[in-house]
Amino acid sequence: MTILALDWGFIIEKLIMIAIVVFASLGIALYTTFGERKVAAILQDRPGPSRAGPFGLLQPLADGLKLIMKEEIIPNAASKWLFILGPGLAMTASLMTCAVIPWGSAVDVFGRHVELQIADVNIGILYVFAVVSMGVYGIMIGGWASNNKFSLMSALRAASQAISYELAMGLALIALLMTTGSLSLKTIVEQQIQGHWWNIVYQPLGFLIFFITAMAECNRTPFDLPEAENELNFGYHQEYSSMKLGFYLFAEYINMIMSSAIMATMYFGGYDLPFFNEASVAPNIAALIGVGTLLIKIVMFIFLFMWIRWTIPRFRYDQLMGLGWKTLIPLALFNMLLTGAVILAKL
Amino acid sequence: MSTLEIIFYALSAFAIVSAIMVLVSKNPIHSVLWLILVFFAISGHYVLLNAQFLAIVNIIVYAGAIMVLFLFVIMLMNVKVDNEPQKKMIIKFIGALSGGSLLLLLVALVKQTTQLEGKQVLMKEGTIGLIHPLGQALFTDYVLPFEISSVLFLSAMVGAVIIGKK
Repeated sequence: MTILALDWGFIIEKLIMIAIVVFASLGIALYTTFGERKVAAILQDRPGPSRAGPFGLLQPLADGLKLIMKEEIIPNAASKWLFILGPGLAMTASLMTCAVIPWGSAVDVFGRHVELQIADVNIGILYVFAVVSMGVYGIMIGGWASNNKFSLMSALRAASQAISYELAMGLALIALLMTTGSLSLKTIVEQQIQGHWWNIVYQPLGFLIFFITAMAECNRTPFDLPEAENELNFGYHQEYSSMKLGFYLFAEYINMIMSSAIMATMYFGGYDLPFFNEASVAPNIAALIGVGTLLIKIVMFIFLFMWIRWTIPRFRYDQLMGLGWKTLIPLALFNMLLTGAVILAKL
Repeated sequence: MSTLEIIFYALSAFAIVSAIMVLVSKNPIHSVLWLILVFFAISGHYVLLNAQFLAIVNIIVYAGAIMVLFLFVIMLMNVKVDNEPQKKMIIKFIGALSGGSLLLLLVALVKQTTQLEGKQVLMKEGTIGLIHPLGQALFTDYVLPFEISSVLFLSAMVGAVIIGKK
């Protein structure tokens, strides 16, 4: 029986880790919706959700319950299978990113040396990029299958926005890769721990471009043109109800968490706690501190996303395309040439 | 059968079934979606050959970018199943004949190739599909063809911009 000649311990270890990461992401996303409403409330000088539980902490559970209890409606004219496939794809694509993010260094559990990363592939960044480009299918398929003109317009907007901003994102990443010389996210984090500075010091312009494009890829305000309710009623998920709508809304928050994690990993040292010698404590505790550090960095980025969302109004569509093609791409190219020139001069 | 073989046959079956579905789907949108699945299956084969870079670039470029554009065009054209004109019998016949002879030619070519005889596919090993060896090869041994093809792409881009401006 050579079929079963697999390293079962390895498979079980990875399955447990996938389960933890996925459920943790879902849990954080649940409370990110709560955070969003609270941040919005503070910025607009009002109390925000405060009735369900202490400080309104049970609000996300109530929201989730409400979404599940609502009636599922599939429009008659919709293409049924694709209508169901759309939200599932959106959710899958946003969760798939977490496979390559290093959440911490290694821990020793029951005599096993467990790396806190699901897959350390040597093409980590490209994998993230591929998953990002898959994310647009959920929106396009859902928007088209709804058989609604507004949904279709919104889906087309979302797709063209995603394609335009992916270019600048890729160019910003190339400059980063020129300095790191590796595509593995684990290696990039270790370089930042061993080197003196985080990558943000070497790539400030690249980070700015990456941050803006990440915001656009997540369809966050000021780039939430696909959901411009005053032009499109609601957006690509207009015909959706119940938990299918919930999946679309949730996928957006998970995208936000994942892009925050990627930014923290690539530009802000990942699980590296500054001015702290990891070797001074037991490896397991150091790993836990690392995970906590990464989570704090992620939360800070999410807060930044929300802050921007509730401060800056939405772009007009031509402004959005103009910013992407005429500002960000030339800037990213300039950044790439500059990085290349500096590296050449140092040789 | 080893695990590798099982994965290989599963991926191959997946690729062939999806490719057939591309052809027999009445709705062009469904065809495009099946085609995306074909690309995923082919990327799976690349991973089996330890060509991770090729696998992921195949997904980014073909499944991620080109197929989105296909979907875009088809959605904008709004092709309906019922008002698609039915082709004449004679055209279908000619199409089947020419497609069949192309298949015959390809199969005959593969069978004739002596270079492939007695060779075994390297599964899970080999480095040419990894990013470092591939980059080395492209930028040292094949730098001239590489640069020429990038000039070709650049001219295509300039042409597209000029046509778009009209």
